Amino acid sequence: MPVKSSTEPKKSLRQVIAEHNSDPGALLDILRDAQEIHGYLSAAVMEEIADELDIPVSRVYGVATFYTLLATKPKGEHIIRVCESPPCHIRGAVNILETLKEVLGVNPGETTEDKKFTLELTSCLGVCGVAPAMMIGDQVYGNLTPERVKEILKTYA
Amino acid sequence: MEMVKVTIDGREVQVPKNSTILAAARAAGIEVPTLCYNEDLDVKGMCRVCVVEVEGSRTLQTACSQPVSDGMVVHTNSPRVRQARRVNVELLLSNHPQDCLGCVRNQRCELQTLADQLGIRELRFPRQVKSEQKDISTPALVRDPSKCILCRRCVEVCHQVQGVGALYPVNRGFDTTIAPAGGVDLGDVACVQCGQCSLVCPVGAIYEQDHTERVWAALANPDKHVVVQTAPAIRVSIGEEMGLEPGEVTTGQLVAALRRLGFDRVFDTDFSADLTIIEEGHELLKRLENGETMPMITSCSPGWIKYIEHFYPDLLPHLSTCKSPQQMFGALAKTYYAEKAGIDPANIYVVSIMPCTAKKFECGRPEMIDSGYPDVDAVLTTRELGRMLRENGIKFSELPEEEYDAPLGISTGAGVIFGATGGVMEAALRTVYEVVTGETLPSLDFTAVRGLEGIKEAEVDLKGKKVKVAVTHGLGNARKLLDLIKAGKADYQFIEIMCCPGGCIGGGGQPIPTTKEIRQKRIDAIYRADAGMPLRKSHENPAVQTLYKEFLGEPLGEKSHELLHTQYTKREKYPEKAADM
Repeated sequence: MPVKSSTEPKKSLRQVIAEHNSDPGALLDILRDAQEIHGYLSAAVMEEIADELDIPVSRVYGVATFYTLLATKPKGEHIIRVCESPPCHIRGAVNILETLKEVLGVNPGETTEDKKFTLELTSCLGVCGVAPAMMIGDQVYGNLTPERVKEILKTYA
Repeated sequence: MEMVKVTIDGREVQVPKNSTILAAARAAGIEVPTLCYNEDLDVKGMCRVCVVEVEGSRTLQTACSQPVSDGMVVHTNSPRVRQARRVNVELLLSNHPQDCLGCVRNQRCELQTLADQLGIRELRFPRQVKSEQKDISTPALVRDPSKCILCRRCVEVCHQVQGVGALYPVNRGFDTTIAPAGGVDLGDVACVQCGQCSLVCPVGAIYEQDHTERVWAALANPDKHVVVQTAPAIRVSIGEEMGLEPGEVTTGQLVAALRRLGFDRVFDTDFSADLTIIEEGHELLKRLENGETMPMITSCSPGWIKYIEHFYPDLLPHLSTCKSPQQMFGALAKTYYAEKAGIDPANIYVVSIMPCTAKKFECGRPEMIDSGYPDVDAVLTTRELGRMLRENGIKFSELPEEEYDAPLGISTGAGVIFGATGGVMEAALRTVYEVVTGETLPSLDFTAVRGLEGIKEAEVDLKGKKVKVAVTHGLGNARKLLDLIKAGKADYQFIEIMCCPGGCIGGGGQPIPTTKEIRQKRIDAIYRADAGMPLRKSHENPAVQTLYKEFLGEPLGEKSHELLHTQYTKREKYPEKAADM
């Protein structure tokens, strides 16, 4: 996720929607901005978007659950996304995932108790040349081994 | 119209530009198998069953969505097409429960029919059935997501036709499911329970809550006096459940069949439809006189009522306070009829045959106990009645025509037309005109309010006083009128709103399929039934006249107020429990 400078004030959800002229066609952009504002897409946020765009909330929820980068549940400080595409799979992504599960004590889709990490799976990150790969936040890590994963996690401690 | 030339399976055919390959194939007399495709909906390219080979195109194309172009050469039955079609159906079957024998749609399932048509005898893919729970949270409908093939017809009808939007695809890929927002049940969201989803579902993934078992139990109980009422639309649709062509009027056979099932009295909702006209007509006149909230809107359709309660609660004062004919009937069966027949109302069991799933919700509304008991005990859809008749081995088309029982089975043509969009309006105008003007109508047919057009308008001259009326059906259309009222731009005095497209003849409990074409045939049948009635105006119904004389006193009187009128409930648009989705 792009880092915002602290001097730039956050826009409100209402402002974001107004900038898009309440156009249902801009739903995806609005959801992305809403997530940036609120951290995740709560029921209240999705209902507000539905009301402002005059569309059923089921559609908002359907789009929000379709994209792995949108979250309908609160997430940890750092989101770890492990690539599960075939090239990474062949190069041992399963071991990477097992290591993460073991070290963090969570399954994909879950957040650690200290709210520090959320573990997720993702489709191709586009860095097949350095498979297996994962992202933490917007930082990409490649050529992973279980050992390297443990080292990387330490830097977030 | 610009025409293009297309060759399909070696046959040349001229079709309008922008036709789909599917339409062109049909014009050439070639049937391409389909599954998600529905002629009345915009669903396209979901199931990939209709794939065909287009010369010059690298991949196979879905015939239902791909437009033709001039000179296009199409093959609908090449080895490549047949192979792909079979694989696509086999993949659908690989995560389908395949408990066909016990399925509500057994032998009436589009997936089953297709698998049979394609001669699929062997399933090569490992089974991976979704283990999702059934959703039985509403009184009207059951969702069984494990059977869902993700065709999205229900989504289309719920969003585009009804404008409700209770269901939508959730998640992605193999995890996709069609569900309400937030992972809650249908009963927790603003679903109006119209059942249009169950009408278009190709498989057994959405269907009505079954009341047949409780009705069988009541019929077998010697202590129960079981009476049945049949909604106006049933007489023109039950035949389809029993193998007849759409559009036949089978009133007499319906009555005979119900007697053979063992009902003690066979009555008619048309009777209470006539009664509704008397009450609602007088309510309209009273509102006109006193300058009360205008326009007044009809209140017969329980899906419509639930819709306005969720989505336009501010407009509730516009609703007529009249109960629906089903509920008026129930309230009278356990009071007036009980008294007249000398039967303890505690022992009377009222069954409704309705074209409607939302009627199951309506009869359970907490206020519907004005007789001192649940006014209506069980609601069977047309489909459920069909199942009971078939289980009993009743040869429907061979039955002699029989007459309804008196007094609650006596009705007029005005009651019959309640079953079609515009019918309540037309029935009301027939009565209101004569009550106000004291003159006999020259023609009873208000054809301007008939038919499948979305919003219909008419103006009636009541001896100098002009009354402007509007009629609509399908909640997506209703919404347009409601927005006009909200904006203060509706200059109507009276509006008829029916939840389902075509009115009750197109209700969510009607036989499957219910297409636009079939709706029109049922509408035609309704007006034929009306034209064949000796009496066609509600205020001429002798049983209703007697009811006022013996029991109710006068329209809008104290007794009417107590038994035949009701109030409405403001409902939330979003569930309270979804703090986080």
